[in-house]
Amino acid sequence: MSDVVEKTLTALPSLLSLDSQPGAAKLSSTSKLGNLIRGITELTSKHEEEKLIQRELTSIKEQVSSPNTSMRQMKELMVRATYCEMLGYEASFSYIHAIKLAQQGTALEKRVGYLAVSLFLNEDHELLLLLVNTVLKDLQSTNLIEVCMALTVVSQMFPKDMIPAILPLVEEKLNHPKEIIRRKAVLALYKFYQIAPNQVQHIHNKFRKALCDKDPGVMTASLHIYLQMIKENPEGYKDLTASVVTILKQVVGGKLPMDFNYHSVPAPWLQIQLLRILSLLGKNDHSTSEIMYEVLDESLRRAEMNHNITYAILYECVKCIYTIHPKSELLEKAAKCIGNFVLSQKINLKYLGLKALTYVVQQDPRLALQHQMTIIECLDHPDLIIKRETLELLFRITNAQNVTVIVEKMLEFLRISKDDYTTTDLVGKVAELAEKYAPDNEWFIETMNTVFSVGGDVMQPDIPNSFLKLLSEGFDSVEEDRKLRQFAVDSYVSLLQGGPGKLPQRFLQVISWVLGEYSHLSEELDPATVLSLLSKLLDSKNTSSETKSWVLVAMTKLCEGRAGVSVAREVSETYSSSLDTALRQRAQELQHLSQDSELRARVLPRDASREPLEVDSSLSFLDGFVSEALAAGAAPYKPPHQRQEELAQEKALSLEPYGLSLPISMSSCSIGDRQSPTLLSVSSGLSGDSIELSHKGGSATLKLDGVKRVWGREGYLSKRESVEETAQVEVPSPLRSPSQQGEADKSHNQTPTPTPTPEPEQEKQQLASSLFVGLGSQSSVCLMGKSDLTNQRFRRKARCPGTSSGSSEITSNSIVSPPSMVDSLLYNNLLDSNITSELDLASPQSPPQLSQDLSTANGTCDVDLTDRDVTANNPSIIRDNGVVAAEDPDKPTDLCLSSHLPAELSGLSRSEITALCSHQSLHLSACHVQGDDSLALVVFILNSSDSDVQQMLLQLDSDQLEVSSVSESPVQEVRGDSVVVCQYSLTVKRPSVLVEVCGVMSFMCSVGTPQSVQFSYKLPLASFIRPLTVSTEEYGTMWLAFSHDTKQNLTLMREDRESLTATLNVLKNKLQLHVVEIIGMEGIVACRLLPDQPCLMHCRINAGTLAVWLRSPIPDLPDCLIYHCQRALQEH
Amino acid sequence: MQHDDTYCPSDLSLTHRMRFLLLFSRQGKLRLQKWFTPMTEREKKKIIRDMTSMVLSRQPRSCNFLHWKDLKIIYKRYASLYFCLAIENQENELLALEVIHRYVELLDKYFGNVCELDIIFNFEKAYFILDEFLMGGEIQETSKQMINRSIEASDMLQETMEEYMSKPAF
Repeated sequence: MSDVVEKTLTALPSLLSLDSQPGAAKLSSTSKLGNLIRGITELTSKHEEEKLIQRELTSIKEQVSSPNTSMRQMKELMVRATYCEMLGYEASFSYIHAIKLAQQGTALEKRVGYLAVSLFLNEDHELLLLLVNTVLKDLQSTNLIEVCMALTVVSQMFPKDMIPAILPLVEEKLNHPKEIIRRKAVLALYKFYQIAPNQVQHIHNKFRKALCDKDPGVMTASLHIYLQMIKENPEGYKDLTASVVTILKQVVGGKLPMDFNYHSVPAPWLQIQLLRILSLLGKNDHSTSEIMYEVLDESLRRAEMNHNITYAILYECVKCIYTIHPKSELLEKAAKCIGNFVLSQKINLKYLGLKALTYVVQQDPRLALQHQMTIIECLDHPDLIIKRETLELLFRITNAQNVTVIVEKMLEFLRISKDDYTTTDLVGKVAELAEKYAPDNEWFIETMNTVFSVGGDVMQPDIPNSFLKLLSEGFDSVEEDRKLRQFAVDSYVSLLQGGPGKLPQRFLQVISWVLGEYSHLSEELDPATVLSLLSKLLDSKNTSSETKSWVLVAMTKLCEGRAGVSVAREVSETYSSSLDTALRQRAQELQHLSQDSELRARVLPRDASREPLEVDSSLSFLDGFVSEALAAGAAPYKPPHQRQEELAQEKALSLEPYGLSLPISMSSCSIGDRQSPTLLSVSSGLSGDSIELSHKGGSATLKLDGVKRVWGREGYLSKRESVEETAQVEVPSPLRSPSQQGEADKSHNQTPTPTPTPEPEQEKQQLASSLFVGLGSQSSVCLMGKSDLTNQRFRRKARCPGTSSGSSEITSNSIVSPPSMVDSLLYNNLLDSNITSELDLASPQSPPQLSQDLSTANGTCDVDLTDRDVTANNPSIIRDNGVVAAEDPDKPTDLCLSSHLPAELSGLSRSEITALCSHQSLHLSACHVQGDDSLALVVFILNSSDSDVQQMLLQLDSDQLEVSSVSESPVQEVRGDSVVVCQYSLTVKRPSVLVEVCGVMSFMCSVGTPQSVQFSYKLPLASFIRPLTVSTEEYGTMWLAFSHDTKQNLTLMREDRESLTATLNVLKNKLQLHVVEIIGMEGIVACRLLPDQPCLMHCRINAGTLAVWLRSPIPDLPDCLIYHCQRALQEH
Repeated sequence: MQHDDTYCPSDLSLTHRMRFLLLFSRQGKLRLQKWFTPMTEREKKKIIRDMTSMVLSRQPRSCNFLHWKDLKIIYKRYASLYFCLAIENQENELLALEVIHRYVELLDKYFGNVCELDIIFNFEKAYFILDEFLMGGEIQETSKQMINRSIEASDMLQETMEEYMSKPAF
């Protein structure tokens, strides 16, 4: 605070103590607020309260709008209005007055005004715009209190679009002499970083200054930003490790002022923040982790006091130790620490212990073994919260051997749980486990029956979908498929016979589909029986009309024979007059198809549910109709936005005035960075489509794709070479008829449900042995997620390459044997001539000598000449090929691998070859090559050992990209000391600034054990951008047709008259854009995203900046492109 | 591949460590509400209803943590008042419990042996203290002295205590 204030403070202790007496409340209760509050407490009914508050609000409303009300009175009124709002009554009339109070009041009134605004308004409320000027004024005030207030309100809520208006002022405050102002400024910037990260990009170096601030409070505040930035990109901040370690050491050593102690623990919040940063930095990074071992050890040692806050620190410490590169000594201590938590009598600690254990068992399941008895106790804990957390833990250690017991426990919990969210979550987990580890058909179907009946209408819709998909796609054995389906049919028939009244709609839909599709498999089953069951379902009052549609479709598939036809006629008569159009449609279909069995066989062929449907999304079958209509004089169809535009616009250039110089419509730039709190992770843990997840290596919460797995079920993995997987124990059991089902049930329940025995301890032991089976050393080791794949009973067949977008069969175009020196020299020389001509076209201004620098500076877009220059100078490198790679892994690999680049790609510009992953002697690298109309991803697989690698299968997948293999025959082996090249062509499905391809390669070494490695490869969207040559007129029409747009101001390259041309040229060269035309201060530019998604750009010089407006038919494309434009200009 | 040290919209995950803080009485009357993420009135009402019914129905001596949707609810009772803080699932529950405790300490220091009435009648002060302590769902200042000093400084600046106490607002 200011010196004046500090003096006032010291002079006023007596006054303060007055305030500190409990009487303060009574005194202020004489105010109007006090009267109101007392009035409310005297009331007896909700109705009276309502009347009183309405009266109060009417009187407030009158007073606030009266011109005679002073700001001082206004302040009191606002306090009362906020109180009414807190009670749940709307006082929206006062919002504008709160803003006025913040604007016009003196400091104390202002503070109430700001408080009322922050309580009344949401971040996106339009009235907030009116606050911008007030904030601006207060930020410039000489009164520190006002500055503080402005910064406080800014970091709570501020319109995103208005950030540029106050950003310079907030930035300036980072250098303020008072630490409280600096601290608040840092927090305000943190807020900006969260809601509009690209606006604070340029001040990253100032954050670093805040991190080094002499005031620990400012430093602590800056850590919020760093935590977030490091989370997004840990690689970029590795250099901070040493500083963070030093800070933590000082904090732990008690070097901070006493003021920061909390219950005599030095700055616990700061400690925890630092530990979190360390775990992000040390994750999968041995050398970085090395730096922090000592301080982590010290933290563990120091935090011994018996207080909640030290446990909180310990918990964070343990998490960090298990996240970073493991060190056995620390792990031991951390494990002991978790033991103390779990064994604690304090229930909160126990809970946290279970949570820590859940986190840790994914890496080291033996720890669960140690605490098995405690876990069993927690499973029967009276507090449901503890029980729930224990199930979470069990979910993580489930394997094929203990799945029945664990699922039983989960279902038990589901039956007593009343909370929808928990039900949804647990049901998803049960379904996932059932799909993954089901020991036999009966168990699977029965478990899924329970899932459907319990989960009912709150479960994720993908659970029934994925179940049906599983049934219809089948597995590797036809016989098994038949048995599973037949069992499902039998089970459903008996369920329906038992009375379908209680079954949820979703389940009934699943039942009808399965019966319709597969009831013919069951030989003793008469189709008429099924039909009558289904029609009973139709008649039931509890059946929704959506379910009725499903039932009708099932009947359509089944209506065979005389009996079938008569049932069909009856039903279709009833429903062809239904009010529901969908039902009427189905009834019509049923009627027609039941009469014409030939047609039915064609429309609904048996067992054909897995044939892919072809959907004509362009509606081309309507073309005839459209052309007829056009010929008859109808106007051509225009999408609504185009119609609107055409009303408003006429010219092609300068389509709309750029209003303010402030970039108002920044909002579209960061769509999606505000999310509703409950939506954030709804879908993550629950996905019923678990197989997809398990492909990526294990659990849904730990993101392991592309990450080298250090820990397996048995501990640290790199110590062991490879472990034989235990064969699956279960023998597929023969099909049982429903009458035998009861018996089967009983035999199942014996293990999981503890029957009352005189010795409860023994019973627990028994449960423990069934729960923790398979966690010991003799169990299978999960290596890179591979064992998940093999243990899985219901493994989906590989999708056919044509139909699915994600994974495709891996092929390679050429198997390259180790090239001889002469060969490669020739090869390279041949290419050389080729390249130089290409290169002259691409970048005439850069002579080949310079290109080395260019390519190292920005390997993605520039033509990479380096390797060829060097190879010409040292031909010996090529001769040594694989051997050199071992000595210096980075550069020479690039050199020798580049010679394996497919000939048709060699003349094109490409990125540097980057190493993806290695497994023993197998090294994967990749680069991308930009062709005129394509983007190729080239994966090099280098086998540097003598022995061959066989049964190789490389699968690539991406959320954002379409990946297709270029070559026909898949490569299956890599001979010793050779390189295999696989080439893929990539196109963008969903634009994003960086797009990522994930891959899994499974293979068999000569020793004979199956292995797999995972990797990921990121590339910027800019690599997919190509020029789009259009005329100005074409540009005009296209502009009007596109609906997704974004606007932003960019910096100009130069200040003079040629600045527009210069800037556009930079963009053109860096991003491969096509400059259509430049007229005076305006320019239009066009480009396309491969293969042919257009994006148009309209630039105008406006007040020293380049106002850019981008439009495209593709959502997100403009936002991504503007980002790359920004970067291109920054780098220039 | 190259590493991008700047903003990348595709994998931005927002962290708001704390989502909301509610203070309510044993009778379920709301005494203070702070929302750290934007929420509609409807959502707020639903949350307040859920929280009061969930927390008030807990047995004494049971765990201070609860699950609600994908959030963790940390609650603690101080005399007649329940403090209830919602945090993200992967956050540290014990730490959140101490956040509540520190806030109570701050109130105690400011009001002197704070009771529910102090918070009812001076709820705006309770908000001011909270705003100095937590900002946008993050801990801002953990030092008791600092917070009180800045609150008192703002109090002192315009209004003497005498004025504040003796005269009704108008």
